[in-house]
Amino acid sequence: MSARQGAAGPLVECRGIYKVFGAGAAAVTALRNVDLEVGEGEFVTVVGASGCGKSTLLRVIGGLETYTAGRILVDGKAVRAPGIDRAMVFQNYSLYPWLTVTENIRFTRCLSAHTRNRTTASVEAALGRSDALIRLMGLVPVAHKHPNQLSGGMQQRVAIARALMSRPRILLMDEPFGALDAQTREVMHDLILHVSQLEHSTVIFVTHDVEEAVYLGSRVVLMAPRPGRIDTIYEVPLPVHRRQEMRQSPGFLQLRSQILGRIRETAGMKTDFELLQSLSRQASDA
Amino acid sequence: MPNRPDPPAEGAALSAAAPEMPAPHKPTRLQALSALWTIRGDLSTRAYWTLAGIGLLVPLLLWTLLAAFGTVNKIFLPGPLDVVLRLGHWYTDDDLMGDIGISVYRVVAGWALSALIALPLGLYIGTYRSVQALLEPLTDFIRYMPAVAFIPLVMLWIGIDERSKVAIIFIGTFFQMVLMVAEDVRRVPLAQIEAAQTMGATRSEILEKVILASAKPALLDTLRVTMGWAWTYLVVAELVAANSGLGYAIIKAQRFLQTDKIFAGILLIGAIGLAIDQAFRLVHRLSFPWLNPRGDA
Repeated sequence: MSARQGAAGPLVECRGIYKVFGAGAAAVTALRNVDLEVGEGEFVTVVGASGCGKSTLLRVIGGLETYTAGRILVDGKAVRAPGIDRAMVFQNYSLYPWLTVTENIRFTRCLSAHTRNRTTASVEAALGRSDALIRLMGLVPVAHKHPNQLSGGMQQRVAIARALMSRPRILLMDEPFGALDAQTREVMHDLILHVSQLEHSTVIFVTHDVEEAVYLGSRVVLMAPRPGRIDTIYEVPLPVHRRQEMRQSPGFLQLRSQILGRIRETAGMKTDFELLQSLSRQASDA
Repeated sequence: MPNRPDPPAEGAALSAAAPEMPAPHKPTRLQALSALWTIRGDLSTRAYWTLAGIGLLVPLLLWTLLAAFGTVNKIFLPGPLDVVLRLGHWYTDDDLMGDIGISVYRVVAGWALSALIALPLGLYIGTYRSVQALLEPLTDFIRYMPAVAFIPLVMLWIGIDERSKVAIIFIGTFFQMVLMVAEDVRRVPLAQIEAAQTMGATRSEILEKVILASAKPALLDTLRVTMGWAWTYLVVAELVAANSGLGYAIIKAQRFLQTDKIFAGILLIGAIGLAIDQAFRLVHRLSFPWLNPRGDA
């Protein structure tokens, strides 16, 4: 599976990343000294309380955001701008509503980055690729519809297919299922796992949902806020091929509650039972 | 599972076993009336056009009654019939079609000229913060200047020929249009742009294939609205040494106290504007069917 993994080391390497928004007294440190390595074919999830910089980290890797200090290497080369080796899936509003599902997925084919040195064979290969992705993502019945005729779950399938179209080395996903209902989300979890294994994709997946992070990731990166930094990296003690019933396994549940507890600690969030009790006492006294 | 209905007989289609929908509720008169006052409620097509008809006919009726039975002098308020008769005279003796033609030409020319410059300029202002900083404060400053006040300058600089009328309409329309185009462009969701960036799109590809494509419906709406504004500058433009046009006819009628002609001119401008507006809406509907998809659109 990791045939391309040679002596070069990890596919993505973040070394001492700092990101500071603003300047002077109003400066906010969104990322402080972030070190992260992601190997070829790995599925890494990133969780943390809001404001921990998990989305910023993903956007920095994607080249959509600059970084203040440190360095990011992809395949040994420094990254400063977006590139076709790193595709991104956003939470929503990223599809082109004026194009059909098929046209959205084939959008990359009309960009010069993909049309240089194009031959008839590569055009045919591309058409075959998009058809294969449409079948793989279960989009055949809606291939000629427009995005606003689709449910949120179907829209995200299109977004994933479009991101995969140009065979990126790395798939960056920024809370892609955050706006979906719980049932659709579970279906999407198995779909993205299946697809990423089939495509040998390297995935960095940001979410605020700990259950999702544990179910999908081979490692879970926990970030802490103010300033945004990596707190702990957990290995997930589950087999590579995940199945829904693993959500009830002791290892899964134990890791989930461990991570949840740590997020509460890092965010300074505590359910203040004494306060709640005194408030309800006041309410019943009144 | 409690209270589960008996399973349908083997082989029987489920739909056959399902009961018929009972007769739908017929709303009482009171319910039907209160439905008109549902906040953001739906309205049947029939009810919509009935109300629209009432909204247009009642003022016409009031106008007719006031002119026929009121004690208002005809100089102040000519009746609808007077206006129609005047329109007839205008058509037969006074070259109404020529006036309409030249006015439409002036408005459309001034508006098209401003669109030609405002569209690319607004695209750049809305896309690049640097261009915005350079041009937006200036545009904001100029757009508050009254177009009428430019008449003497326009006459001085351009003269009194056809171009000066087009220039006045341009001045009245352009600066608003630039800002509206820039705003339309800024409303393109950032995720659409960033998705293109991660797919390897170049700057010019993003401008053309994402920003422009995404903003098209809003831009067509802006063109429609600014066309309306261009018409409101017609009378002003035809103050400049004109000897033809609807605005000129209104100004001339004012000199002879031909109130019926003033009415005719104003109503005509309104009707032409309404027709153009509806044409724009039709083009909008036909060009962007994906905005209002119905089933397998």
